[in-house]
Amino acid sequence: MATKHLLASGHTACAGCGQAIAARLVVDAAGSDVIIANSTGCLEVFSNIYPRTAWEVPWIHSLFENPASVASGIEAGLRSLGKLDNVRVIAQGGDGSSADIGFQAISGMFERGHDILYVCYDNGAYMNTGVQRSSQTPFDASTTTTPSGKKSFGKKMPKKDLALIFAAHGIPYSATASVAFPTDVQRKVKRALDIRGPKYLQIFVPCPLGWRHDPALTYDIARLAVETGLFPVIEYRDGELASVRKIDAPKPVEEYLKPQGRFRHLFSAPGGEEEIEKIQAIADANIRKFNMVKERPKKEEKMPELKKFTLEKLAKCDGKEGRPAYVAYKGKVYDVSKNNLWSDGDHMGMHEAGRDLTADMEDAPHGEDNMLDMPVVGELEG
Amino acid sequence: MKEFIEGSAAIARTIKMCKPGVISAYPITPQTHIGENLVQFIANGEMECQFVNAESEHSSASIILGVSAVGVRAYNSTSSQGLLLMAEVLYSIAGMRFPLVITCANRAVSSPINIWNDQQDSVTLRDSGWIQFYAENNQEACDLHIQAYRIAEDQNISLPVMVCVDGYILTHAVEVVNLPDQEQVDGFLPPLKPLHVLDPQDPVSMGVLYDPSSYMETRYAIQETMSEALELIPRVASEFKEMFGRESGGLIQEYRTSDADKVIVAMGSVVSTVKEVVDEMRGEGEKVGAIKVITHRPLPSQALYDSLKDVPEIAVLDKSISLGAAGPLHMDLKYTFQGKNVSPKISGFVAGLGGRDITRDSIREIFDRLSGEQINCQFVNLDVEQMVNAT
Repeated sequence: MATKHLLASGHTACAGCGQAIAARLVVDAAGSDVIIANSTGCLEVFSNIYPRTAWEVPWIHSLFENPASVASGIEAGLRSLGKLDNVRVIAQGGDGSSADIGFQAISGMFERGHDILYVCYDNGAYMNTGVQRSSQTPFDASTTTTPSGKKSFGKKMPKKDLALIFAAHGIPYSATASVAFPTDVQRKVKRALDIRGPKYLQIFVPCPLGWRHDPALTYDIARLAVETGLFPVIEYRDGELASVRKIDAPKPVEEYLKPQGRFRHLFSAPGGEEEIEKIQAIADANIRKFNMVKERPKKEEKMPELKKFTLEKLAKCDGKEGRPAYVAYKGKVYDVSKNNLWSDGDHMGMHEAGRDLTADMEDAPHGEDNMLDMPVVGELEG
Repeated sequence: MKEFIEGSAAIARTIKMCKPGVISAYPITPQTHIGENLVQFIANGEMECQFVNAESEHSSASIILGVSAVGVRAYNSTSSQGLLLMAEVLYSIAGMRFPLVITCANRAVSSPINIWNDQQDSVTLRDSGWIQFYAENNQEACDLHIQAYRIAEDQNISLPVMVCVDGYILTHAVEVVNLPDQEQVDGFLPPLKPLHVLDPQDPVSMGVLYDPSSYMETRYAIQETMSEALELIPRVASEFKEMFGRESGGLIQEYRTSDADKVIVAMGSVVSTVKEVVDEMRGEGEKVGAIKVITHRPLPSQALYDSLKDVPEIAVLDKSISLGAAGPLHMDLKYTFQGKNVSPKISGFVAGLGGRDITRDSIREIFDRLSGEQINCQFVNLDVEQMVNAT
């Protein structure tokens, strides 16, 4: 990491501000040959006030909803000057700017194919104006415009899936990251900036003020959001899911919710338990959808001697009627019985257990890691 | 070279000669032909320029803001709702002192929806910090664009300029326009030398937060620059005359006012109709005249005062209205004369809203009305039958 940061210290962000940490990670990873267009919001307000600025790179702010359009103009201008080979353009804003008021401008920028990385700092509400709900506010969070009360558990809708929506624009790169994993954030910024064309990165950034948690817990809470399954850290390449950050064992959502004042009502109000179950269901659905749990053989168990399977024998392990679900891949036989995506021996309605799927992997939207994570139970003969 | 050409096509040819590096626009009637002509030049390889098809006018304005921030000349054209959707961006562009030029093909504002001409759209934005020109005909429309870039990009000014051209009446009218040569335009309009740019070699922050201890000075600075623009605009017009051989632009134009006892003040294409009526009435022995306001912002108060101080009866014809008050140009004229030693009668007439015809008879009626009491906000050519039904 650079010793001289490109977002200098001395700015006026709150203690424990996840966005301030993430913004510095982003600009440090991007390096000095970059121009940043920023939306109105906390980051814009805390990083400068005339005549001072914390930015060591060229930086511009115009309005709340237009950083993607301003960046489009910057990119077109640089192209006109013949400078686009040497300078990268980043547009950035909070989740309110990105998911709501500036959403159309980002969609336009992606559709036009500008060579720009858009970074959304997701702290799940309009923090700069005093913690009002955005479309990225999570289910049941209490904000100043979705307050909890006798007849309310907070926000009624779950988060809109921005990374998927932008991936559906057909852009080469759309990803999420968490400030809890700084190396991953910087790796993704560099990876994105190596790609010519439109890129999207959403970074999960806790806000101690808006979430009402101890500022010392920013990293812990960001990590728990991933470890519970509530915030999947993923990458889409050319619209296809390309990587998922795995977790060892999902933690119950209570661990994530409890330190945060915005969810406190769920632990005191009647009916709160059922609400927490609903949040657990959101996490479980994410875990299933993205196959987030890393399955490893337990260390204390000795690896059983590998059985030899013929194709005929393998065909009997098809996952139907309570039979185990085994599949072969590159000569090894894997047990997929316990995988949610292989219930009754069927995977996505396209693949059946009891077969050699080596050839099928080429067409899979995921890499072979997903298969290699499954427990090995034998070898395929012949 | 003189050509028989549609207004929008002539404006597009002029913009091509001004060599913007990037154009961004969004479709709205009646400005569409300007952008379509320009993008066709690019498609034909006749013009080195990028055309960015924005997904809204808010974005098209933000895009040219970004282009200007890296020091490249840019252009945009719009109308009506499009201009209003740009409104906050236009304020941002002026506040950041970007020397941009846009065309407003003037059109009425919803609701009710109406695609025909008046000047409510651009007049509504008169407080935004943009210099505003209003063209009488397509020759002037073209000439004003060339001058607009010179004025906007003058390092002592560095403010954006909006060239207002009456929708349909000018944009879709085919008339003779003397289009300049590229060499003439190059000689008059040097390449852009930006004051500040976003450049990794010399990083600056633009658009930072100004608190109560500093914000007001930024407004004062624009107000002061507007006064300087009042000096520069006539100078640029005379340089233009030297280079191109015709009078075009400037603050105001006087038409047969020297001995007039009745004068109509107006902006845009309607001035041509007023001039025709002035000629007719002069032929009948009436001492009438006209003033064309070319530069609406900065308001050329001194020039207007000097021209009109000996005229006892003045009529201001607005093609827009500040609802609940009066015609905006009318109020400007009242401001110009308030507290001065002379106090002419300054009557206000609102005409041509939503494309309602302003005929020669309408203009004659206004001149006739001036002999009576001062009128503050008289609508011209209202349909009496509709009014009765409405009340």
